[in-house]
Amino acid sequence: MAAPKKSVVAKETGQEKANGSPPEFTKAQELAALRDMLLIRRFEEKAGQLYGMGAIGGFCHLYIGQEAVVVGMQMALKQGDQVITGYRDHGHMLACGMEANGVMAELTGRRGGYSKGKGGSMHMFSMEKNFYGGHGIVGAQVSLGTGLAFANRYRGNDFVSVAYFGDGASNQGQVYESFNMAELWKLPVIYVIENNRYAMGTSVTRSSALTDFSKRGASFNIPGQQIDGMDVRAVKAAGDEAVAWCRAGKGPFILEMQTYRYRGHSMSDPAKYRTREEVEKIRTDQDPIEQVRNRLLAAKVTEQELKAIDAEVREIVNASADFAQRDPEPDPSELWTDIYR
Amino acid sequence: MPIQVLMPALSPTMEKGNLAKWLKKEGETIKSGDVIAEIETDKATMEVEATDEGTLGKILIPEGTADVAVNTPIATILADGESAADLGKVAAALAPAPNVQKEVEESRSPVGEGKPMISAPPSAPATAVAEPDPEVPAGTEMITQTIREALRDAMAEEMRRDGDVFVMGEEVAEYQGAYKVTQGLLQEFGARRVIDTPITEHGFAGVGVGAAMSGLKPIVEFMTFNFAMQAIDQIINSAAKTLYMSGGQMGCSIVFRGPNGAAARVAAQHSQDYSAWYSQIPGLKVIAPFSAADYKGLLKAAIRDPNPVIFLENEVLYGHTGEVPKLDDYVIPIGKARIVRSGKDVTLISWSNGMTYALKAADELAKEGIEAEVIDLRTLRPMDTETIIASVKKTGRAVTVEEGWQQSGVGAEIAARIMEHAFDYLDAPVARVSGKDVPMPYAANLEKLALPNVAEVVAAAKAVAYR
Repeated sequence: MAAPKKSVVAKETGQEKANGSPPEFTKAQELAALRDMLLIRRFEEKAGQLYGMGAIGGFCHLYIGQEAVVVGMQMALKQGDQVITGYRDHGHMLACGMEANGVMAELTGRRGGYSKGKGGSMHMFSMEKNFYGGHGIVGAQVSLGTGLAFANRYRGNDFVSVAYFGDGASNQGQVYESFNMAELWKLPVIYVIENNRYAMGTSVTRSSALTDFSKRGASFNIPGQQIDGMDVRAVKAAGDEAVAWCRAGKGPFILEMQTYRYRGHSMSDPAKYRTREEVEKIRTDQDPIEQVRNRLLAAKVTEQELKAIDAEVREIVNASADFAQRDPEPDPSELWTDIYR
Repeated sequence: MPIQVLMPALSPTMEKGNLAKWLKKEGETIKSGDVIAEIETDKATMEVEATDEGTLGKILIPEGTADVAVNTPIATILADGESAADLGKVAAALAPAPNVQKEVEESRSPVGEGKPMISAPPSAPATAVAEPDPEVPAGTEMITQTIREALRDAMAEEMRRDGDVFVMGEEVAEYQGAYKVTQGLLQEFGARRVIDTPITEHGFAGVGVGAAMSGLKPIVEFMTFNFAMQAIDQIINSAAKTLYMSGGQMGCSIVFRGPNGAAARVAAQHSQDYSAWYSQIPGLKVIAPFSAADYKGLLKAAIRDPNPVIFLENEVLYGHTGEVPKLDDYVIPIGKARIVRSGKDVTLISWSNGMTYALKAADELAKEGIEAEVIDLRTLRPMDTETIIASVKKTGRAVTVEEGWQQSGVGAEIAARIMEHAFDYLDAPVARVSGKDVPMPYAANLEKLALPNVAEVVAAAKAVAYR
């Protein structure tokens, strides 16, 4: 991993940095990033546990390992910007500020869930937090996210939409249909490709003719960058630049986040397509949370302080698990609601 | 021998056109490839090129003539050595072989000012005993317009009313619509609200749905619903299901519209009826009108509806004219069928172009003393079961008429509902007249066989009436 940051259109964007690490975070930023990533990590661990207990059904795709991507990007956005993603979406929802209780209760299919228990893991939304889902069809969110950007442009506001998708979705046709329209109409959309190296069980080298996903917009003249998606600072810095590009009316931007998922594709994936050693090595060397923790410790933040954050996060997660198991299932009458309005 | 130039057919559904202009005069020399005339169809103004060489001997149809039927001789070309004296020898024209070329730059008058370009047969036979539409107050002035114009007016009115409404699709703006349905909209509303898309159905359907999720009200035009199969995932998985999946939080007010079903001689991939496909999906509303007034009133309702609406038009009907109430805001409620003709002996149930067969069959049946009640469903989802059942309870017999296929078709659904709700009233099993269970063939005779026809409807009605 540890791919050097490189820019496909460095000249155009003026974003090529000298070799070296991304801009430092302030202590407050480091602490905030640590807290938000930890919340996702602990939440996902708990979700995995509840799945094992049978409290969560269906598909459950965990975000563990990829936390820096969504947390770093969120730090670059402002209130009113929209976020949309695919089915590995719990992290995005928490990063957008959605309540852990509502997300976990949706996972357990309870009435207090964000979709009243009718959407499940892959289909949650919050108009209040500008989170537009949660979409189960690989690649669909890319066109939809482009539509959100279209609406911003139509309304003449300066909001940006962020459409997340994976290395697998990057091979879907509608992604390129969307790229074409986004650049043609200069839509303010950031395409964040979360390259976690495996589309379910198929590695990028087995599925993709061009594995540098930052170049996937090249034939549409969309600038793109490869980013170390395990370093929240690098993500945030790239996010800032992409957001500025979009807000300035220059059209879409592609960010390939090189990241890694520690868990299987879904809960039922034995992950036989990669070695234990590969996973261990990344966990040890590049874990996004450990990176921040180590920097904070080096900056003389005490273990005590860090433990306090951990405790706060665990409490939120435990409370959500508790709520999600106590909350009643939806009333049977809910079967027939929300089909039309 | 002098050669006859015939009025060319310039589109699959063209039956007549206007001879707008002669570009050559009598006596002028003509080379193969010369543009000799301009012809207006209901869709476009086209140039006609000569395929033969000689001298323009006689112009048979003067410029400015409207409604010239396809294959009418419009001029005579004299070959070398022939003179006006030879004009009498014209042989019966054989191959029209129109060589239709470049489209003339369109510069049509703005919305609402142009006169209807063609006057096709009225949408309902004059003999039909039409029930007055309950939505129209007595004494309302009616205007005659084509279905194409009714659709355009519906969109224009809704776009004037609500700034969040916009239209997107292939060739909707500068080209003025592949079927000229969006004619004049670009001029009135500008490129921000009338948006030409690339040929990218899956992508622009998704973009439309995304914009709708954000609160805008897109009208997404598919050049035909055949191409919407590329986009059907976004229509069903994203547009139709999101309200439910979000627990009512996030819906999508969007209209997907365009011609559906068989046009004429465009073969299997361009001639499919999607009525049954979309009408199966909870979360969608599906509208398929027949009359010009319904096209207008229901499209306005569809645009205002907060749900995703599939609005199935019919290319064959675009040029048909009908009476449209001259009201400031003519909106017809979605989900209501209309009894177009009253009768006591048998109920004929149809929608969209199927109504053509149903109404003509009712005329035929009347001559034989069978009084058919004809129901135009207008909306397929939600389906107006009540109107169907009330009629069947009265007549005891029912025939469904659709251009689509029979298996799992809308007719099958209607028959099931009749069985569930009016079984004891039935004097005969419900009969279905439908498109044949084959891909649409190209050959004219086979295409005719593949579609339903009036005789089949008459035969089915007589069969259920035991006559």
